[in-house]
Amino acid sequence: MSKTVTDDGFVVFDRVQKSYDGETLVVKDLNLSIGKGEFLTMLGPSGSGKTTCLMMLAGFETATHGDILLDGKPINNISPHKRGIGMVFQNYALFPHMTIAENLAFPLEVRKMSKSDREAKVARALDMVQMGSFGGRRPAQLSGGQQQRVALSRALVFEPDLVLMDEPLGALDKQLREHMQFEIKHIADNLGITVVYVTHDQTEALTMSDRVAVFEDGRIQQLAPPDQLYEEPQNSFVAQFIGENNTLQGVVKEINKGIALVQLDDGSLIDAKPVNVSKPGERTQVSIRPERVEFDMSRLNEGAHTLKAEVLEFIYMGDIFRTRLRVAGNDNFIVKTRNAPDQVRLQPGQTVEIGWQAEDCRALDA
Amino acid sequence: MSDVNDATTAKTAPTPDDGLKIADGPVLAADGTPLKKSLSRALRVQKLRALALVAPLLIFVLVTFIAPIADMLFRSVENEIVSETLPRTTDLLADWDAESGTPPGAPVFKALFKDIFEAQEAKLHTRLGSRLNYELTGVSSLFRKSGRKVEDMAEVYQDQFEKLDRFWKKGENWNTLMGSDAWNADMAGWDPKSDDKQPKFELRDGIDVFLPATSESFANYAKFTQVEDEDNLAKKDPWALVYSSLYDDLQRAEPVTFAGLKVAGAAELSEAASAVADFETVNFAEAFTKIDKDWQDVEVWRTIQAYSPRYTNGYFLNAIDMQKGADGPEMRPENQQIYLTLFWRTMVMSIVITVSCILLGYPVAWLLANLPARTANLLMILVLLPFWTSLLVRTSAWKVMLQHQGVVNETLVWLGIVATDDRLALINNQTGTIIAMTHILLPFMILPLYSVMATVPQTYLRAAKSLGATNWTAFWRVYFPQSVPGIGAGSILVFILSIGYYITPEIVGGTSGTFISNRIAYHISSSLNWGLGAALGAILLAAVLLLYYAYDKIVGIDNVKLGG
Amino acid sequence: MKLTKTLLATSALTVASGMAFADAHMANEMTIVSWGGAYSNSQQKAYNEPYAEKTGVKIINDESSADAVAKLRAMSEAGNVSWDVVDVTAADSFRLCDEGLAMEINFDEMLAKGDDGSSATDDFGGTLINDCFIPQIVFSTTFGYRTDMVGDTPPTSVCSIFDTEAYPGKRALEKRPIGNMEWALLCDGVEKEAIYDLLETPEGQQQALDKLATIKDDVIWWNAGADTPQLLADGEVVIGSTYNGRLFSVIEEQDQPVAMMWDGQMFDIDGWIIPAGLTDERKARALDYIMFATDTQRLADQAKYISYGPARASSAPLVGKHADLGIDMAQHMPTDPANATNVFNFNYEFWADYRDDIDAKFQAWLVQ
Repeated sequence: MSKTVTDDGFVVFDRVQKSYDGETLVVKDLNLSIGKGEFLTMLGPSGSGKTTCLMMLAGFETATHGDILLDGKPINNISPHKRGIGMVFQNYALFPHMTIAENLAFPLEVRKMSKSDREAKVARALDMVQMGSFGGRRPAQLSGGQQQRVALSRALVFEPDLVLMDEPLGALDKQLREHMQFEIKHIADNLGITVVYVTHDQTEALTMSDRVAVFEDGRIQQLAPPDQLYEEPQNSFVAQFIGENNTLQGVVKEINKGIALVQLDDGSLIDAKPVNVSKPGERTQVSIRPERVEFDMSRLNEGAHTLKAEVLEFIYMGDIFRTRLRVAGNDNFIVKTRNAPDQVRLQPGQTVEIGWQAEDCRALDA
Repeated sequence: MSDVNDATTAKTAPTPDDGLKIADGPVLAADGTPLKKSLSRALRVQKLRALALVAPLLIFVLVTFIAPIADMLFRSVENEIVSETLPRTTDLLADWDAESGTPPGAPVFKALFKDIFEAQEAKLHTRLGSRLNYELTGVSSLFRKSGRKVEDMAEVYQDQFEKLDRFWKKGENWNTLMGSDAWNADMAGWDPKSDDKQPKFELRDGIDVFLPATSESFANYAKFTQVEDEDNLAKKDPWALVYSSLYDDLQRAEPVTFAGLKVAGAAELSEAASAVADFETVNFAEAFTKIDKDWQDVEVWRTIQAYSPRYTNGYFLNAIDMQKGADGPEMRPENQQIYLTLFWRTMVMSIVITVSCILLGYPVAWLLANLPARTANLLMILVLLPFWTSLLVRTSAWKVMLQHQGVVNETLVWLGIVATDDRLALINNQTGTIIAMTHILLPFMILPLYSVMATVPQTYLRAAKSLGATNWTAFWRVYFPQSVPGIGAGSILVFILSIGYYITPEIVGGTSGTFISNRIAYHISSSLNWGLGAALGAILLAAVLLLYYAYDKIVGIDNVKLGG
Repeated sequence: MKLTKTLLATSALTVASGMAFADAHMANEMTIVSWGGAYSNSQQKAYNEPYAEKTGVKIINDESSADAVAKLRAMSEAGNVSWDVVDVTAADSFRLCDEGLAMEINFDEMLAKGDDGSSATDDFGGTLINDCFIPQIVFSTTFGYRTDMVGDTPPTSVCSIFDTEAYPGKRALEKRPIGNMEWALLCDGVEKEAIYDLLETPEGQQQALDKLATIKDDVIWWNAGADTPQLLADGEVVIGSTYNGRLFSVIEEQDQPVAMMWDGQMFDIDGWIIPAGLTDERKARALDYIMFATDTQRLADQAKYISYGPARASSAPLVGKHADLGIDMAQHMPTDPANATNVFNFNYEFWADYRDDIDAKFQAWLVQ
């Protein structure tokens, strides 16, 4: 799903720090390189520093320390309007006193483009988002989705190489949001522009991006393509933040042939892949995706450890079944199974045995 | 149910569904009444309740706002005092030609005598004098003097009648002669010390045929004594005017016999009738001229004539520096023209003040809207601070600041910017008014501006800059247009407040910085020329409404926001 | 007339609601209207406190005298007069009397005899100027100057105000024609006796304005009696006109470098009126107060607190020392022979007639 992009350092954050009050750092030692034509998403909970990074790139905030480079040139001291970066804002920021066409013509006008060129470009940009017939209207007369398209085309109409998007779909309802995700992605791919996209919605991040940078506490916790991020989270924050996850606490007993034996707090033993644990005796948090838990022990490797679990709840969700279990004192252990003809429907109160492939279970930092 | 009777043929009472099905005839409710009627009945309670809720405010606004304005508008044209005080004179004067250049004839003077006599009894003549003095200087004392002397004129007749027969000296004789028998009997039975009302005077039947003028004068005297003065008529002697009227009646061309009059006093009447021919008479025109030669002045009569109608445009003419001339409205002499200048000045200075408020208030409102909440709150308190001190204190503080030896000038001299004998004239002129009023009205500009700016997100500016606009372009093309409704609201507020201001211009405006309102205040509280004050106020009101209308046409009143 | 009355009655409702209590007028209350400040204080000490002590009447003070004419007219039109006794200037009493808003007074009957046995009419003498006005004090509009700004030749003549060479600097004059017009003509060489005859003519009025025009740029026009004392104290003006009592306070109480110039002072009278149309009970109480407050001793007492002369001849010998400062007050009275060498008597009849007309011209002249 993600295209391969060579990281040619089109946008570079070089040891960037940011503090607002001189006491705490909002962004801590950020290093990030974005390739030309890449769709990079900054993902993280609110307050993680992702929007600040975007604003520093746009020029609305200044870096307290470090350099930001665009196409090899440092842009720290270039004012925002000279950076030539397109931007889509959370609430679209369409100028309410101008018509749609005037909104789109605005960036061309300030670039002193002739009237005929302007009109042609505006028409093309509106057509691109299927809004060609709305040029004479005012923003207030459009629906949220329509405004969103206009905002997008306004950010693109002056043909910037880099476009920043700050939670652009946050105000839309779910269905429209999903639709727009694909549309933005297609347009970005077609035009070959570089996009830096900020969101707190992980589904959005996974669907659209070439790479995702997960932010937390002013740092990038993991920078990876979506599949890697989901399947191979590097630490327990990423594992928790991306997708649904079951976690169990324990201590590493031994590490043998790339497989760690973990003794859970209730004394039971499980197998896990050591990710950031290195030696026995370390506390760890193991994490396993709900869809990788097996009820059928025959599908496990020989000698694999299993656990007893009590069924607390069974939820029928159509394409899948969602079963909540009590496992090693964790009442919130979720297992997702496909709705297949042979799949058993478990009853609450039932006791079952569960297990998994050691490589699906990741032993992370506690 | 069965007694329901309606236009349908249905045997049973119609249901609402039935009602809907009936092709002709009104739609009916369940109980058979027309649906519209029951709906309006159901809504009436709600409407009444709603009305009851707004009623206190409605009444308050009506009483304190609408009624005074209506009263003011009415006063600016109302002029009943002239025809009410001088009814006979104004009647006769209608036929007098001011162009003739000669004062009116004897009948008018005689009417004037009667009018002024009655007016001075009611103490209304000086009030009329004050009213007409606004139009013609000197009328005030003319009426005051004349009021004092009319008694003397009438007494010429009174003395002669009394000399002729002691009968005429006594009030009770007059009452018997002029009052009806029934009334006289009532009076005899009335105890003045009791709480009973004094019997209301009634003219003797038929007496007005014999003595028409006397009857009228006596009835007026009786009514005035009983109603206005609340005195006992039995204890009073009639006005001297009554004697003069009696003389008139007896003096008529054909001799009247009083044989038909069956009343005590008929004999005395007959006696007097034959004596009056030899009476000394009063030439009223001469008598008035003797009081004051101004009564021969055509201008006086022309003024009375011009202001005879119950309604006048005189106040409005005056309010625009015009007057009622001999040939219709004309401009006043140049050395009395003042109101047009003041109207113009009020408008121009209010515009200057409004613009100053915009220039000073805009950056402050911008800061308020964009600073962090804590700092903005502090700044907001500073903006509102002036409201906590009285207007007089603030204005007087400006005096200390701006006067010749004031803080501003001292500072400038100390800094060496101005020489000590060349200090800036910052007060007692237009500059003073503009500075002080800009300061006082600034919050009225800042608050609406702020409330509008607070709703304009910073994102717009960022968006504009990200699209390539410089700071100035972003502000001017994107932010400013969105703050225009705030400017509109603030300007309307400040402008309307400032054209009505008078305390501040009065204190710091000197002669060149005063407004039309200062003249209005003068006429309301000092000269008591409320009609002129009302006319000036009405013009000001009209100017405001006109400007408001123009604003609506040009900018659109939807473009005015006080917030959100 | 009916419509006006109805409208006024409704709009007066609000006013009336505020005055509801005043109107109820408990048996032993009366509202006395005066000017406030030091003047009201002198009345409080000299009249109100002794009167309240003697009769037990509760006195409510209202400081509305400056707007008395307009307010009284409004109250009268609304049919709800809440004032019992009103302190007004003589000129205002003329308007009130003319408008029928003030009650006519039978002076000999309603006022106390002088303590020398003279009738009230004789005792008040020339201060009785119309049928409604009960005189109280004689005050004057006169001049004060900065002693430190006039060099070695302090001004001694009213015409100094027109002499900008000898006395450079701003001067303060009242923003109305009364007084200024007379001074202008006097200093333009017109005989004092001929001034009012001349002022009746447009030419005379223009002559006065022309004379005033010679100093128009140097004048600060005042509206309130407190303005000139303040301007003098701040050194904003070198000389200015105001009420003599205000100057007394600046010179003797505040010790400013200011001195009096009595030449050309304009005598004026301040006194009481009783609103027309009071109920018998209130009228009787108002008259009782007036009888007390304007007797010989009371008028002389007032001069202990303020430098205004008593309106009764019989009070003059009783004027003593200032209550706090201990200064002999007689020499600070405008009526003191040493001060009254060259005075104008406010010509009420003339100004009642010509005020509207000349004021219109004066204001137009100011605006030009």
